[in-house]
Amino acid sequence: MYETNYHRASSIDDAVAQFAKGTDSKFLSGGQTLLPVMKQRLAAPSDVIDVAKIKDMIGIDVSGDTVTIKAATPHYDVAQSDAVKKAIPALASLASEIGDPAVRYRGTIGGSLANNDPAADYPAAVLALGATIKTNKRSIAAEDFFKGLFSTALEDGEIITAVSFPVPAKAGYAKFPNPASRFALTGVFVAKTKAGDVRVAATGASQSGVMRVGPIEQALKANWAASALDSVTIAASGLLADIHGSADYRANLVKVMGQRAVTAAG
Amino acid sequence: MSTVKLTVNGKAVSVDVEDRTLLVHLLRENLNLTGTHVGCDTSQCGACVVHVDGRAVKSCTMLAGQAAGSNVTTIEGLAKGDELHPMQAAFRDNHGLQCGYCTPGMIMSAVDIVHRHHSQGSGGKLDEETVRHELEGNICRCTGYHNIVKAVLDAAGRMKVAQAAE
Repeated sequence: MYETNYHRASSIDDAVAQFAKGTDSKFLSGGQTLLPVMKQRLAAPSDVIDVAKIKDMIGIDVSGDTVTIKAATPHYDVAQSDAVKKAIPALASLASEIGDPAVRYRGTIGGSLANNDPAADYPAAVLALGATIKTNKRSIAAEDFFKGLFSTALEDGEIITAVSFPVPAKAGYAKFPNPASRFALTGVFVAKTKAGDVRVAATGASQSGVMRVGPIEQALKANWAASALDSVTIAASGLLADIHGSADYRANLVKVMGQRAVTAAG
Repeated sequence: MSTVKLTVNGKAVSVDVEDRTLLVHLLRENLNLTGTHVGCDTSQCGACVVHVDGRAVKSCTMLAGQAAGSNVTTIEGLAKGDELHPMQAAFRDNHGLQCGYCTPGMIMSAVDIVHRHHSQGSGGKLDEETVRHELEGNICRCTGYHNIVKAVLDAAGRMKVAQAAE
C-alpha cells in the first residue's frame, strides 16, 4: 500500500470537510473493497476519511412502509435485524450471504453502493425494490444512481448517508456465488410492489453493472410463478464473459436465479 | 505517522505507526504478537482473523487507525495462563490442524461462530453444515477441514458447559 493519511470523521459535516482538504481523498467505510484495492496499489488515495464510526450513519429504522438503513451499517447487522427480517426478509437474507462472516462484520451498505462493483449484491436489491439513496446533498432514485461499472451518480465529496427501501408485497433474492470470491456470478432480485408492479434486477451478469430484466418482469407481471419463466429467453448480448462463465451461461443463470428468487419470495 | 491507542488482550497499548499500517502488522511487528498470521494478503484466507470489539474480523483488511479505541483479542489472549481455551483444547484433541498456519485464524473465527450461535439461543447446538458454511472465510490447505469441523462442534459443547458453570 502506498502512503496515505488516515482521518476518523466525527460527523457527516466533519467527513465532508476532511475530504475537501485532501488532494485525492476517498471515504472509507468497512474497507472490505477499498483496502484490498489499496494493498494491490490499484488505488492510492492521498487521504482516507473513515466514516464507519459516525453515529448518525449507523442504524436501521422501520416505519410504516419504509425500511431505512443508514449507510455505515454493517451487513451482519442488517442480516440479524428482526425489523428487516419482518419487513423485507429477502433483504436480510441477501445481507447474510455477502462475502463471509468476517467481511459481513465490517462491510457496509453505503460502501457497497458507492463502489458499485458489477457483481455486488446490494445494487440488485436497491434497483429491484426501487430504493432511494440519501446523500449529504440530495436523494437519488435507484434508476438514476447506477452508472455502469464502478460508477455512480455521486459527485466528488458526496457521501451516502442512508438508503430507504419501500416495503414490497413480495420479494426474493437468489444468487449463484463464485465459489472463491462469493461475489455473485449472477444474482437476481425479484420484487412485487404493493401497487402490483413487478421489478427485477440482476447483478453479476451485465457488462454495464446491475440491470433491470424486462422479459422476466413482463412474465412475472402476467403470472407470479417460477414456471412463468420457463419460456423466457434472456439475450446474451451485453452480458459478461470471463473464465468463470460465458455470456450464454450467464444469460441462462439470470433465468434460473430469477426462478429461484420467485420461489424464495413465495 | 499517528499514535494509535487500543487495548490488546486486556492491556492498553499506544503505538506510533504510519497511517497505512494494517492492524495485522501493528500486532505482529509492533507488539510481537506473531500468532496472528498473514496468509493470502487478499482478504480471503482468514489466517489473520482477530476479534475487534467482540467481532471476528480480518486484521489484514483493517487499518491500525480504524482499530483505535477498540478492544482487540488475538490468539495469544484466549488461554487463561496455562489453561487452553476450550476451542484450542478441542483443536488439539480432534487433530484439527496439521501445519498449523491457518489455525489461529480458524480458532478465532470458530470462537466467534460458537458465541454467535449461543447468543442467538440455539443453545450451542451447531450442526456440521452450519459450521462448514460459516468457516467459508477461512482456508486450510492441509486438513480437508474434516477434523476442524469436528473440533468446532466438540468445543461448542464444552463452551456451553463452561458458560453454564459461570
